[in-house]
Amino acid sequence: MTKLQTGYIIFAVLTVLVFITTSSVSVTLGFLFLFGTPLFFMKALPAYSTHLNYFNKYLFLLLCTFIFVFLITPILIIMPLSFNAEPYFTFTEGMLTFDSAAYSFRWYQDIFFNGMIDPAATGAAWWSDMWENAQWVRSTRNSFFIAICATLLATGLGTLAALGLSRAEMPYRAAITSLLISPMIVPLVITATGMFFFYSDVGLAKTYLGVILAHTTLGIPFVIITVTATLSGFDRSLIRAAENLGADGWTTFRKVIMPLILPGMISGALFAFITSFDEVVAVLFIADVEQRTIPRQMFSGIREQISPTILAVATVMVILSIILLGVLELLRRRTERLRGVTPA
Amino acid sequence: MQDSSTTTPETLVTADGVPLKQKLIQSTRRARWRALLLTLPLVIFVLVSFIFPIGQMLLRSVNNDTASNVLPNFTIAIQEWDEQGLPPEETIELFVKDMQVAREKREIGKTVGNLATRINYEIPGSRSLFTSSSRKLAKVTEGPYTEALLDINKKWDNPVLWRSLKRATNDYTPYFYMAALDLKYDDEGNITEADELYQIYVSNFFKTLRLSATITFICLLLAFPVSYLLSTLPLKTSNLLMILVLLPFWTSLLVRTTAWIAILQTEGIINDILVFIGLVGEDGRVQMIYNQTGTIIAMVHILLPFMILPLFSVMKTIPPSYMRAASSMGAKTFTAFRRVYFPLTLPGIAAGTLLVFILAIGYYITPALVGGEDGLLISNLIAYHIQKSLNWSLGAALGSLLLAIVLILYWLYNKIVGIEKLSFG
Amino acid sequence: MKIKHFLATSALTAGLALAASAQANEITVVSWGGAYTKSQVEAYHKPWVEQTGNKIVSEDYNGGIAEIKAQVEAGNVTWDIVDVELSDAIRACDEGLLETIDPGILPAGADGTPAEQDFIEGTLHECAVANIVWTTIFAYDSSKIADGPTTMADFFDLEKFPGKRGLRKGAKINLEFALIADGVSAADVYDVLDTPEGIDRAFAKLDTIKDQVVWWEAGAQPPQLLADGEVAMTTAYNGRIFNAVAGEDKPFEIVWDGHIWDLDLWVIPKGTPNKELAMDFLAFSTATEQLAKQASYISYGPARKSSAPLVGKFHNKDIDMGPQMPTAPENLTNATQNNFDFWADNADQLNERFNAWLTN
Repeated sequence: MTKLQTGYIIFAVLTVLVFITTSSVSVTLGFLFLFGTPLFFMKALPAYSTHLNYFNKYLFLLLCTFIFVFLITPILIIMPLSFNAEPYFTFTEGMLTFDSAAYSFRWYQDIFFNGMIDPAATGAAWWSDMWENAQWVRSTRNSFFIAICATLLATGLGTLAALGLSRAEMPYRAAITSLLISPMIVPLVITATGMFFFYSDVGLAKTYLGVILAHTTLGIPFVIITVTATLSGFDRSLIRAAENLGADGWTTFRKVIMPLILPGMISGALFAFITSFDEVVAVLFIADVEQRTIPRQMFSGIREQISPTILAVATVMVILSIILLGVLELLRRRTERLRGVTPA
Repeated sequence: MQDSSTTTPETLVTADGVPLKQKLIQSTRRARWRALLLTLPLVIFVLVSFIFPIGQMLLRSVNNDTASNVLPNFTIAIQEWDEQGLPPEETIELFVKDMQVAREKREIGKTVGNLATRINYEIPGSRSLFTSSSRKLAKVTEGPYTEALLDINKKWDNPVLWRSLKRATNDYTPYFYMAALDLKYDDEGNITEADELYQIYVSNFFKTLRLSATITFICLLLAFPVSYLLSTLPLKTSNLLMILVLLPFWTSLLVRTTAWIAILQTEGIINDILVFIGLVGEDGRVQMIYNQTGTIIAMVHILLPFMILPLFSVMKTIPPSYMRAASSMGAKTFTAFRRVYFPLTLPGIAAGTLLVFILAIGYYITPALVGGEDGLLISNLIAYHIQKSLNWSLGAALGSLLLAIVLILYWLYNKIVGIEKLSFG
Repeated sequence: MKIKHFLATSALTAGLALAASAQANEITVVSWGGAYTKSQVEAYHKPWVEQTGNKIVSEDYNGGIAEIKAQVEAGNVTWDIVDVELSDAIRACDEGLLETIDPGILPAGADGTPAEQDFIEGTLHECAVANIVWTTIFAYDSSKIADGPTTMADFFDLEKFPGKRGLRKGAKINLEFALIADGVSAADVYDVLDTPEGIDRAFAKLDTIKDQVVWWEAGAQPPQLLADGEVAMTTAYNGRIFNAVAGEDKPFEIVWDGHIWDLDLWVIPKGTPNKELAMDFLAFSTATEQLAKQASYISYGPARKSSAPLVGKFHNKDIDMGPQMPTAPENLTNATQNNFDFWADNADQLNERFNAWLTN
């Protein structure tokens, strides 16, 4: 019998013991999941390993399992809670026994109804009312408008600067890089305070442009970092080849550089987009109710009345994040393919 | 470097007769300019939208021209006053007239109310003295003005008040930095420590630093094993597990904070589970939120990915053969870890720790939502002064001090790790 | 100011698509949200919109004048009329942030009394017109505490009534309550508080319950805290508790002892482009009938004397609103008005001390 098999047997005995002492299926299942997952991932160690080595390895994997559970639980927990039929953050009896009456879509409906003048209307009136007045719909429109504008600005300017920064001849590289990355390092509350004063003075506070400029600033470091990283693996002789063949600067950029750094640009743009989409501190300082974004709406929701509508919106946003993550992963694979590096 | 004037006819020249060396220098210079030009739009943008506002905020923390705006003539006259007894009659006449003009014009930012607020910072309780006196001063048309003022309110017969007014007419004042460091002017105008009961900022700076350090340390403890695991697993598995790290990283901070409220509150999930297993009774539900525990748990969760990502990217580059070599030379696992592996991860640790620490210092939304009375950190106080008490200069002074701390850390980070090494996933 | 103009223009262009919905005949009315805003929407907004054909955008905020100050100083006023507390109205007026309001525009009472006599004394100001009298009381869940507390001292008595307490995060009201619980009568509370010993005494009293306090910040939180069982009793705005009782059948009880009442007033930020409309709305909403109508949606007392006799029952239940008002004689036995002068002078300093006390 191998040492690993001994482990399986001990675990099986323990599980039975847990079931006998608690006589609860859910506790046993929880035990099985938490303590069984690391065991499942255990592999045979080198032949000279002792029982203690095996046990240590198991403990290590167990620890990692706990940390991963810690990381992901809050994300998973909001999904079922957003279908709660009651206006609370707790799992009701009915939810635990999978009573269908305990679940509902009311908080998803509330995303549309909250703020509407007449949610009972029908047809075109309902649609225009929803589009104009529903608070969450309005903040979603604002969030997208602001995030898209900020992303375009940050990506455009950021890519240009990254092109300069990655040139061998670039003077004061360290100083300029530090400068351009500083919005990420300076605590948000300070940035927001400074912008609040300045933007108020020049009449930019409480305007869409003000919020867009603020979010552009916050997104720039991400674009710089990702695009410079892509450019560092870039074969510069390709540019000289293009120039030799008679291409002017713009053509070289469009036909040679751009396709190669596009994945970096897009992933930088995604970072910038999410930064803006998730940002609340600058919005709190600079924006007016008219520019209210989703996070700002969530913020007042959490402060003023705790309703599961926030969780419903959050669930939608988590799904959005998963889609974006998928896009990022696909892009990463594409970059690797383009560079001719295959995953090990 | 050789001086270009020493070129001799034998040096290589280009087709147009310019020495090659000179041409080279020229073209390098052009290339440098071109590179610089590419970054120029963004540099200007960041300077205008970011650096300049912050500089302006620094200025606001020492510059407050309320008093000289409201009382322009008095400001000039009071400088002559020797600070003994009351100012002379002519000066007080100017004071009364300036007050009357300010009340008449009600110009935004230059009203008696603004002045009253400014002086009230230094002498609490003097606000209503200014506003109510200004209403009554409207009827005073002739001297002696000192007498008229004292008739309106006896409190004007106080040299401390006039000394404070004189100080306030100076547009540049260290007062707000003093307040941010729990200092104040005493009655004689010397700088002393504020009353213990009103001291809040210095201890709060330390509290914020302590809390940030605790959070950073816990993040490091949790991130190390996970990053190690991720870096040793085959790419396919580690990419899958990486999603567990990146998903929370990309999920809205407010959403995660809300989730923690749902998990930790008295009627929340953890307490429900504890009651369900029978570890605690229905009455013994544990208070895990609206206190420091709640802050730490939620903040660690929010910042953990910022520690895992840099650690992971460093650990990925350490060949596993190093540890095997150490073991084969007889080192115990722990010794091999301490002497070989750990030192190699130091750049990652430095990057992660400083990033997490700086971010932790600046967060204020999460502590405000889940921290209860322990959630009052220096960033909250800054936000409080900007948005609620409207003492913008004090908010700016606190912000500048916080910025100084962060810049020192940033400088250290740059020194140890190099800012170019920063990368994500 | 060329750059300002340029930036404003470009901001305008950028926001054009979204701003298209904001037409000229529209005002933004800002208030405190929740049940309170709802009562105003029913009593003021809907009839006004119906009568004039104009539109109203209703926004919520959490009090304070930071927003008004920022808008007015930047010369970019988007809030047309705002519901503020008295101390804020006075400070904002002193700092020149508000339009002055001519009491002549206010309609006479239903019985013909001129507006200036019809409004309760102290509710008309240079820059503000009061609409309601509200108050901070404390409340408890009668299904959980059978033999409930009756005095402010009971609120601070952890032995007699164990359990967590909800208090608003801030010095205002808490210091007054602490002194009243310590035996000072409501009428004398500001005299005592105006001395250093009085302040020490108030903080010492707060010390006795400090580690049992859950701090709230927004008006909607206290009913939530009571309903969730997070606290045994909590201070709250009386209207919020009343609405939880009347609207959601919650078993909450209000204790009227030692309450500190205050005014909510309409103010108009200086430089609003819709000044005329805002003034019109202000005059309309503070007429006898509207104020009385509002009282049938929330238990806040109308600021006009002529409205009091018109106050009837809750809009959809058989509850007499009269006894629910902070101004009802039986509720005023041990109560006082919030002293705005005291707080204008001492708010900065006392909040500083409060914050220091909170964190140490």
